[in-house]
Amino acid sequence: MRYEAPKSMKEAVGLMAKAKGNARVLAGGTDLLVQMKSGMVEPDLIVDIKHIPATQEISKNGKGFKVGAAVSGARLRDHAGLNKAWPGVVEATNLIGSDQVQGRCTMSGNLCNASPAADSVPALVAAKAKAIVVGPKGKRTVPVEKIPTGPGQTSLKKGEIIEAITLPASSAKTGDAYLRFTPRTEMDIAVCSAGICLTIGARGVIKQARVAIGAVAPTVVLAPKAARAIVGTKLDDAALEKLAKEVEKVCAPIDDKRGTIEFRTEVAGVLAKRAAKIAYARAGGK
Amino acid sequence: MSSVHVSTTINGDAVEYVCPVDETLLDSLRDRVGLTGAKEGCGTGDCGACSVSLDGQLVCSCLVLGVEAEGREVNTVEGMVQDGELHVLQSKFIEHAALQCGICTPGFLVAANALLERNPNPTVEEIRYGLAGNLCRCTGYDKIVRAVMDAGKEMRKKNKSKGKKR
Ligand SMILES: Cc1cc2nc3c(=O)[nH]c(=O)nc-3n(C[C@H](O)[C@H](O)[C@H](O)COP(=O)(O)OP(=O)(O)OC[C@H]3O[C@@H](n4cnc5c(N)ncnc54)[C@H](O)[C@@H]3O)c2cc1C
Ligand code: FES
Ligand code: FES
Repeated sequence: MRYEAPKSMKEAVGLMAKAKGNARVLAGGTDLLVQMKSGMVEPDLIVDIKHIPATQEISKNGKGFKVGAAVSGARLRDHAGLNKAWPGVVEATNLIGSDQVQGRCTMSGNLCNASPAADSVPALVAAKAKAIVVGPKGKRTVPVEKIPTGPGQTSLKKGEIIEAITLPASSAKTGDAYLRFTPRTEMDIAVCSAGICLTIGARGVIKQARVAIGAVAPTVVLAPKAARAIVGTKLDDAALEKLAKEVEKVCAPIDDKRGTIEFRTEVAGVLAKRAAKIAYARAGGK
Repeated sequence: MSSVHVSTTINGDAVEYVCPVDETLLDSLRDRVGLTGAKEGCGTGDCGACSVSLDGQLVCSCLVLGVEAEGREVNTVEGMVQDGELHVLQSKFIEHAALQCGICTPGFLVAANALLERNPNPTVEEIRYGLAGNLCRCTGYDKIVRAVMDAGKEMRKKNKSKGKKR
């Protein structure tokens, strides 16, 4: 196995594109090292992206935020601007593991590891986040929900690396929230989860909404019908019931020791209702 | 497996070692540098016995490669003793009997130190959440939490009197 720590994206992409055998990007390593130890992956080349300046930056302009692919959960936690604009995204990322794991884990790694239960992903999908992907053929911008294609599988092509994740500009009338169900309060994997982002207009009527559900299908699912159930409402009880029903319809979970199909489906609906209420309050709705 | 040469700073001292590229920082610290304070409980990020700080950030050294320490600053439990004096946390762990077998203790000390640096006056709940990445199979956690509360109090007192002197 070879280890490289390039200083530019160009160099990193070149290494990944030319690599023979199994080449892996190393961000925080909190998935990759565990998988290497268990023998699940045996890389011939590891490309550590943490020395590339663009991957370490958090920047803001009129279009929103750009969060470099190597920015850790701990840095998101300490970033006042992101906490204010996208509290749901930050909270979701901060649910990953312990303080130790937070010191290393990244949103991009969470996305590329492609677990259906990845905590930051439903929040990112709800927030309309995009991944800036750099590859041998140049740069492209992809909605985050297009990256994972199944458990452990992504749409990234050979040589492609995520450089950063963008979050749109958020207004005082936009709120987001993420909730997961776990048997323990800490250090556990989501049995199911819900991320919601909504924007309200005059008099507190919801103008736009996005609903994303985790751990109920091979990938995180975007639920446009569930979003439509609350658009045009002030999140009254009838709207919340309809939201839960629509969420239940998109659930196609597995049955395992951590949760049955019935349990996951019902709880996903409940979490969506609760997350919607939090997002609504954050948007200034009453 | 090819080996690499690593130059790093550990507990303030310049250190060099040669390690296989797939070796963890935990193994480099223990087997190359001879710092056996950090322990391996699980090797998968779950128990925190291997906790160290890397450029000031608390991490599990079992999930860091030895080569990643190149040019960076590592602090381990061995660095907590200053001028031959135990750190307040260490004294309080002894005073409160916050350890039995002791395998989890270095990890708890390093993690508690990071916690108190960030939040000098934590609540019991904040300590329990903050130390959720450290497992102890002996003490039942209660004495650990009390030791950290007490150490926090003592450290706040010390900082106050230091501030007055200046
Ligand atoms: C103790 C413990 C607890 C955990 N708890 C949780 C939890 O509660 N919730 C949760 O969702 N996850 C959890 N995880 C899993 C893991 O921490 C997260 O998925 C984390 O976000 C991964 O980020 P990373 O930077 O460490 O990824 P890495 O391990 O560095 O990478 C993960 C994968 O993505 C690829 N990759 C990384 N960055 C890029 C990039 N920029 N471009 C292309 N490919 C890339 C890597 O090659 C690798 O295949 C836990 C892990 C541990 C060890
Ligand atoms: S040995 Fe590293 S977390 Fe258990
Ligand atoms: S004292 Fe034995 S594991 Fe904590």
